[in-house]
Amino acid sequence: MGYDIVWHGRGGQGVVVAAHILAQAAYLEGFGGITSAPQFGPERRGAPLTASTRISSTTIRTVSQVQKADIAVVLDPSLMRIINIAATLNDGGLIVINTNLQPHDFPAYAEYAVATCDALHIANGCGLLKDGSAVVNAPMVGALARASGIISLSSLEKVFTERFKGVLASVNLMAVNEAYVATILKKRGE
Amino acid sequence: MSKAIIMTGNSAAALAAKMCRIQVVAAYPITPQTSITEAISNYVESGELKAEYVRVESEHSALTVCIAASTVGARAFTSTSSHGLLYMHEQVHWAAGSRLPIVMCCVNRGVGAPWSIFNDQQDSVSQRDTGWIQLYCRDNQEIIDTVIQAYKIAEAVSVPVMVCYDGFVLSHTMMPVVVPMQEQVDAFLPPLKTSGHLDTANPRNINPVVFPWRRADSQGVMRDGYMEIRYKLHSALNDARGVITQVNGEYARVFGRDHGGLLWDYNANAAEILIVAMGSIASESMPAIDSLRAQGINVGLIGVRAFRPFPKLEVREKLAGAKAIIVLEKAISYGHDGALACELKAALYGSAVRVPFHSYVAGLGGRDVNAKEIEAAITDSLKQIAEGNLEPPTHWLNCRTE
Repeated sequence: MGYDIVWHGRGGQGVVVAAHILAQAAYLEGFGGITSAPQFGPERRGAPLTASTRISSTTIRTVSQVQKADIAVVLDPSLMRIINIAATLNDGGLIVINTNLQPHDFPAYAEYAVATCDALHIANGCGLLKDGSAVVNAPMVGALARASGIISLSSLEKVFTERFKGVLASVNLMAVNEAYVATILKKRGE
Repeated sequence: MSKAIIMTGNSAAALAAKMCRIQVVAAYPITPQTSITEAISNYVESGELKAEYVRVESEHSALTVCIAASTVGARAFTSTSSHGLLYMHEQVHWAAGSRLPIVMCCVNRGVGAPWSIFNDQQDSVSQRDTGWIQLYCRDNQEIIDTVIQAYKIAEAVSVPVMVCYDGFVLSHTMMPVVVPMQEQVDAFLPPLKTSGHLDTANPRNINPVVFPWRRADSQGVMRDGYMEIRYKLHSALNDARGVITQVNGEYARVFGRDHGGLLWDYNANAAEILIVAMGSIASESMPAIDSLRAQGINVGLIGVRAFRPFPKLEVREKLAGAKAIIVLEKAISYGHDGALACELKAALYGSAVRVPFHSYVAGLGGRDVNAKEIEAAITDSLKQIAEGNLEPPTHWLNCRTE
């Protein structure tokens, strides 16, 4: 059993970190095979960027880039205008979008499960900011956890508590929890 | 029980170097190697690692610092990639000629012109004849374990070791890595005894001009000429075969992980078709092997870990029952064959193995190679062999060649 997850965002949004956090949480969840990698090459702030996480119950031997994902997580919805994310999804896949819209507002993705979460609003509300900008990667990991069911909130809490200390840990956890609760999932064909 | 941590190949290499208690490190930034030396400089800055971190203006100087440090008996480490390795080329020879147990990570990257920051193995393979031991890793666990083994090997045979692994594909990909316990590493790799090269009580010249002939020194003792010194380096690399195997065995007993010494295999026993590969492309081949076997094709895999010294006899033994050999690799010897293919053909000359031989160059300059493409290549080769195309020139996988 396994999942390939691709994170779509822009340089500086914490795409690689989100993929890493998911990898750590999945490992805690008991998946023995994990890889997590950025799209290979140079990274520029603001430029479109992907990272991928492979999760499997057995050791992963493949190290090539993910071509088709089971789940796409979109940190910046403006990317959906320039990247055909549906073309990178396996049949029956799931797309999780950072947006203030609802799943039924994405009719182009009717063939897929669609989850939405207003991570920007949640990050701002929790004061999860870096250099004055809202950090959306942590709430989107929470949204992914809720929409996919692959990882539990308690595994995520462990990862965040190990990774961050003090106020930073509590602010991140607040955002993850709020996102988990606020995520709306529309299953395929609903 | 050791704990697995999810980390990149570069993090694994840096952590291994720290656990080996390296004393001197000098390196110059180059993609995709840079995060190794960033991590090590953090270790030094925080006091976690008591080492001298020497900042230099080039890779040539980085290796020169390691040569000087190793000459006085310090455990020295550096890491580089591609043009960095080539810029230190003169000192790569010098380190081996001086018989210094330096360990260097080469995070494999293509070589310009034209510029590429992406992965292939042309950089380290082009340093084949410098007298270094070269070990190739297929995953991040092998990286941490191989760096630790590398010091043990280098210090046993007084030959530097290059630990090679694929840039980005491993250096920037995170996977679970079991971190050995420091006490176990300390017991496995005791502090380096001083080399005795430099001794104020016994001052002497190091690496003076040596003549073609043997001649007596000032005490009347006959000393080696250049050729004897070269013969000794060659012999040390030959002897290193046994040492690499033995160190791997000892490591497996202590740490519970066996990476195969000179080479490893996967479903190779009694396999009729044998794939040979080196580094991450060998790992990527494993799911292809699984898929082909599920279709009833009797195929297995041999992963070459030591490129120098080349495991000639071991390769012959592993390939003895093969009915066809297919090589997959990320380096080409321009105007001839794939680099690993050349070595294998030379190793098989004079043996009883006279079977169809196909080779593929793949993934140059970071072109993605996935298991499905490898499976298709093997299937295609088997079809060609059945049609009588027994030993074609090296194929260029997934490359427009018209």
